[in-house]
Amino acid sequence: MDIKPILSALSRHRVAASLITLEIALACAVLCNAFFLVAGRLELMRIDSGVDESSLAVVALRGCENCRNADVNARVLTAIRSVPGVRSAGVVNAVPFGERAGDAGITLDPESQGIAGVPHFYAFGPDAIATFGLQPKRGRSFTQADFQPAVVYSLPAQAEVWIAQALADHLWPGEDPLGKEFWMGEFHYRVAGVVAHFARPNPGRSENGVLSSEWSVILPVLDSEQSGRYVLRADAAEMSRVMQAVRDAVAQAVPEAVLEQQQSRSLSELRAEYFQRDRSMAWLLVGVIAAMLLVTALGIVGLASFWVAQRTKQIGIRRALGATRRDILRYFQIENLLIAGFGIALGMLLAYGGNLLLMRYFELARLPWIYLPVGAVLLWALGQLAVLGPALRAAAIPPVVATRNA
Amino acid sequence: MFGYYLNLAFRSLRRNPVLTALMALSIAVGIGAAMTTLTVMHLLSGDPLPGKSDTLFHVQVDPMPGDKPRKSPPDKLDYISAIDLWSAARADRQALVVDSEIRLHAPDVAVPPMMTMMLSTHADFFAMFNVPFAWGSGWSADDDAKRARVAVISSDLNDKLFGGGNSVGRTLRIRDSEVRIIGVLAPWRPSPQFYTLAGGNYAQGDTAAFYDKPEDVMVPFSTGLEINDGHFHQFTCWAVPETPGSLQNSPCIWLQLWVQLDSAGKLADYRDFVATYARQQKEAGRIVHADNARLLSLMQWLDYNHVVPRDVRLQSWMALAFLAICLFNTVGLLLAKFLRRGGEIGVRRALGASRFAIFAQCLTEAGLIGLIGGVLGLILTLVGLWTVRGQPVEYADLVHLDLAMFVLTFAMALAASLAAGLFPAARAARIAPAMQLKTL
Repeated sequence: MDIKPILSALSRHRVAASLITLEIALACAVLCNAFFLVAGRLELMRIDSGVDESSLAVVALRGCENCRNADVNARVLTAIRSVPGVRSAGVVNAVPFGERAGDAGITLDPESQGIAGVPHFYAFGPDAIATFGLQPKRGRSFTQADFQPAVVYSLPAQAEVWIAQALADHLWPGEDPLGKEFWMGEFHYRVAGVVAHFARPNPGRSENGVLSSEWSVILPVLDSEQSGRYVLRADAAEMSRVMQAVRDAVAQAVPEAVLEQQQSRSLSELRAEYFQRDRSMAWLLVGVIAAMLLVTALGIVGLASFWVAQRTKQIGIRRALGATRRDILRYFQIENLLIAGFGIALGMLLAYGGNLLLMRYFELARLPWIYLPVGAVLLWALGQLAVLGPALRAAAIPPVVATRNA
Repeated sequence: MFGYYLNLAFRSLRRNPVLTALMALSIAVGIGAAMTTLTVMHLLSGDPLPGKSDTLFHVQVDPMPGDKPRKSPPDKLDYISAIDLWSAARADRQALVVDSEIRLHAPDVAVPPMMTMMLSTHADFFAMFNVPFAWGSGWSADDDAKRARVAVISSDLNDKLFGGGNSVGRTLRIRDSEVRIIGVLAPWRPSPQFYTLAGGNYAQGDTAAFYDKPEDVMVPFSTGLEINDGHFHQFTCWAVPETPGSLQNSPCIWLQLWVQLDSAGKLADYRDFVATYARQQKEAGRIVHADNARLLSLMQWLDYNHVVPRDVRLQSWMALAFLAICLFNTVGLLLAKFLRRGGEIGVRRALGASRFAIFAQCLTEAGLIGLIGGVLGLILTLVGLWTVRGQPVEYADLVHLDLAMFVLTFAMALAASLAAGLFPAARAARIAPAMQLKTL
């Protein structure tokens, strides 16, 4: 089929054609960037915490005035362990998706002022490590001697620690992290083991964003050094019943403290709540994409219908001169293909420009090129689908209309 | 004439109900999306203290060690700088602020102890920020100096503990100390909660927490430091503090100073004062980066912290792009509609209607579609805002459709449809009567 007559017909409807072209272009630009934003949210929500969230839960207490750590821990742990279904429990300072305990900038030599990164410092007792089921992927396990007293903030002055693989990759790219040292002020730590994954409490929302989701340091400390936060393991299927009983038991065991109901839940619940905003944003974006595609499709249907109606006589004449139904159908399909093509070409430029603005004002990453062809194919398909109805109607016009009123 | 056009428009719209519905719906969803996000944006980016905010300033100096100069001073102050600058009393009003978590209990009330936030601040706080009282009043400068055991509570807390009655004179237990209530606030919900706001540059755009409610309990600064000792959080430290939670004389920044300066002259004087203070401290060897000190007005401080959450800004842009697509769509459909009626327009022209009359008639029709779209759009906006209110975000309770936005919705729908109708109407008016009559 020759596209020249189509082009010359389009040039007689420049305004309408350019309107629909612009609409497609804008839709293409928004579509590509919206897809990219959704993908970013989905990636964030897929973060691997490194632990079996559905069978772990946390219990958080606050406001225990003049309480002794050892005494509170003993009462709370006894209460937790007395609940049927609880397999094990231990003392922690924080858990992934829970409240933060402490981030601190670290340096790779004691004199340096250059901060190499700002990881989160987890302080776990021996039972907590067993409860999490944490195993170093490389390096050694902790022994009883590794668990030390803390100086401030649950932190020992020097210790052999575990770090997450992501932090090792950041601090010593391409090097063996085992035995490497780092400093936090005057506090001095040495890497004894590397765990494959262990998310910080606020993955994706800390200073370095998604990059630092797993910048975690795991310090072994004695249970008597901290109190108020506990991790427990139970069967995932029984978790909600177990946690109900645990909350009651702990509130009864330490009546002088305030049990934090919102924080004392299973890790999978904490995770769901942590990503709630990202999930609703992703759904919103999907909604915008769907609405936009619908509106664009309706625009194409509307304009194509108008053109078919306007050209009824010409179509009749063409049919009378020997054009088949197929030829007429093709004509409108190719016309739409061309309009969508112009729109998409312009839309890609707009998508790129829009992405530059997003990068500038929203600190987003560069749009990977793969989104452009995906958006293009989608809009082309949408255009063809939308034009099919009017084009079929056009093809159904009988040649006899050519003889009417002529 | 307008009545006649309106009549014609109604007839025309009734003739193609599907096309009419498509156009109205297209405008409605565009307007609904745009107005929902713009309303949220408008509520979140507003001035928390209109008329007063340009006399309020946030003071920053840089006590951090290290040779490398920083782009801007840290968000909060260390204890020594904060107390020095506050006690110099060079501004019309001044108050330090810091919040901390407390365990709160009302001894004679059957509500279990709870954890909540307490603001430690100075007497000027209430007058400086136009804080409204339901009962009682704030404390005096004398109470600040004497570490008086007094407190002002929020209206929310008053409802929760005392059923909303006048609770002035009653006692609260904060950790191990007792304080007497001397004031109860009327509902007060600054948007954002600007006075302890900091750290927006480290929040990855996730700044919804800035729109949280004010603290439940407010006490004199020195009282707060005393009764909640050991429970203060630093913004950041340049070395590990020896006594976590009690940060006086620690290598940490954790306090904020707000000052009120009523004239440009006073502002210039205060700038000089802060610069001189930083220079003197450098000479004394306490701070390194003396020139890294500044005064930001309230609105500048909000800007610097990028208070409007990134998602909200993103949604606004998406919605505007969406509205643009909807408008292109409506223009296309209107064009199709008007040109399809070429015959009818030709007859009217032949019977003596002027171009302007045709133009006006087409615009009336476009405007009518806009009005229908506007009503539908308003309903969609209300649904959208209701959805936002159901979201678990701190600003959910702030979201409502205000009158200005209500009017704007209609104005925008009408303007959008008229703008969309302008070109098709002009095209329709140019139709030559002879050509169209021939083809009838």
